[in-house]
Amino acid sequence: MNVPAPDPSTDDAILNVDGISVWLAGREVLHDVRFRIMPGEFTGLIGSNGAGKTTLFRVILGLQTSSTGSVLVGGRPLTRRNPIIGYVPQKIFLDPDMPLRARDVVALGLDGHRLGVPLGWGRRRKAVDSMLDAVDARRFADARVGNLSGGEQQRVLIAHALISRPRLLLLDEPLANLDIGAEGEVVALLARIAREQRIAVFISAHDVNPLLPVMDRLVYVAAGKTASGTTAEVIRPEVLSALYGQHVDVLRVHGRILVVAGAEGPSGVTFEETEGAAVGPDIVSLR
Amino acid sequence: MNQVLHALFAPGFFASDRVHAALVVGAVVALVTGAVGVFTVIRGQAFAGHALGEVGSAGGSAAFLGGANPLWGFMGIAIVAAGLIELLGLHRPRARDVATGLVLGAGLGLAALFLYLDATSSSTTGVTVTILFGSLFAVSQQMLPSIVALSVVSLLVMAVCYRMLLLSSLSSDLAAARGVPVRAIGIAYLVIMAVAVSLAAETIGAILATALVVGPPATALRLTKRPGGALVVAGLIGVAAVWLGIVLAYDSYYWPPAGHGWPVSFFVVALVFLFYLAAGALTGIAQARRRRRWETAPRLAASGCAEHPGAAV
Repeated sequence: MNVPAPDPSTDDAILNVDGISVWLAGREVLHDVRFRIMPGEFTGLIGSNGAGKTTLFRVILGLQTSSTGSVLVGGRPLTRRNPIIGYVPQKIFLDPDMPLRARDVVALGLDGHRLGVPLGWGRRRKAVDSMLDAVDARRFADARVGNLSGGEQQRVLIAHALISRPRLLLLDEPLANLDIGAEGEVVALLARIAREQRIAVFISAHDVNPLLPVMDRLVYVAAGKTASGTTAEVIRPEVLSALYGQHVDVLRVHGRILVVAGAEGPSGVTFEETEGAAVGPDIVSLR
Repeated sequence: MNQVLHALFAPGFFASDRVHAALVVGAVVALVTGAVGVFTVIRGQAFAGHALGEVGSAGGSAAFLGGANPLWGFMGIAIVAAGLIELLGLHRPRARDVATGLVLGAGLGLAALFLYLDATSSSTTGVTVTILFGSLFAVSQQMLPSIVALSVVSLLVMAVCYRMLLLSSLSSDLAAARGVPVRAIGIAYLVIMAVAVSLAAETIGAILATALVVGPPATALRLTKRPGGALVVAGLIGVAAVWLGIVLAYDSYYWPPAGHGWPVSFFVVALVFLFYLAAGALTGIAQARRRRRWETAPRLAASGCAEHPGAAV
């Protein structure tokens, strides 16, 4: 009758990724990934293109099976459809011809997975309006989404993801293709959502800098391997060099971080190509 | 007023049973192709839709050979072709286009064979024209209930899948993450599209079917920004084109060469195209007017003309 007491820190986690490995087309895309995200936490998923960020998201969404390890969402194993998770996918191409207003996209977040035609117009409209207010998108509620700017479209997609009241919000590169002003606005909006509604925000980006002011923790992906912790814990030459399998320098300039590949570092780490999956540490920020 | 009516509707128009049948079939089919076609356009499947129509000509001509109504042939082969396109062109859009092209080529090859056999066995040359370019006035009265029933079923399936279709047309990733069976919905949609295209083929011919499936929806997308509105407007534009086409074709009996009406399909397709151009011109004018208003508004305020424009009156 000796039942081990559950580890409270694991139990409270909204997302618990434990030892995930993913093979795609005979290549190990993710290797033994493990980290936890607590409710209301703002977590960055940082890595260059092709590092495995989208694959990790697909695993968490239940769209991609992992060969080892487990994922618990809200303390439960993954299912095909997880109402706890809201998702903003990477660059949706929205044609100006698309007969969808911003409010239609948000409404689809409420019931787009259902059969039949929508009923209960008044209640639906009220929910959509208050969500549009929450992301500051009311003024272009009736515009075609295809005609909105990149930042405005991101707001609409965030409202789409939030209206089903998730506890974890996954955003795949929402800052890509945004100008600096829109980038700052979207980050501030997400930080506010995490803080005020205690929704855990998990956001992927290839540049760590726009997230620095608001990020609680980060998961750094390189060549399919990850390191997680606070910025100070992870963005260090030793940690990143071990991830990349190559010497990496971390420079801090005016409060910004630059991760730079060093050809042969003082630590004498030599570069070994891993399974053809080597993703060289390009300069993470050049701003 | 009476004179205008007389000029527009040639004598006997309202008394003709054939005209009645054509009006009913044309309207029902236009409503279905309008609603279904909106998704054909926004999902970028116009080429697949066109291919399903043309491939249908093989089925239509085969059905004629077997003594059945061409509609069953159109539909049978269009559904098979839809399945083949889905099987051959899994997921990747480019592979899909290639698969569509291959199926289209194979289907037209069969059509060449069957149309040749039709022409030699029946010694009527009209069948080729009927299959490829349609003849709405010749749609048999017995087919009316089947056409109406197929249309109603198609619209019902569209209504059931509506939200899932819309979400997966917005982004298949997003839909999949929400638990929408994206693949199944895609296949169901292809089948519905095959049915709609076949109905259009029965009305205006296998080769011209695509005009009804793509034209009115593309026009509607210029005029409305609401998803539900686009389906309705597309249907109504289609009905307008078909009905006006029927009227003009009936009138054309008195046009040169006298004694031979022009084909209805010509009028329908021409009107669909004209409506599309007109909608483009309309939205262009509306945009220009909005831009002018936007440009002049701040200038008025800047010049101190703060009074309400109505105050001077």
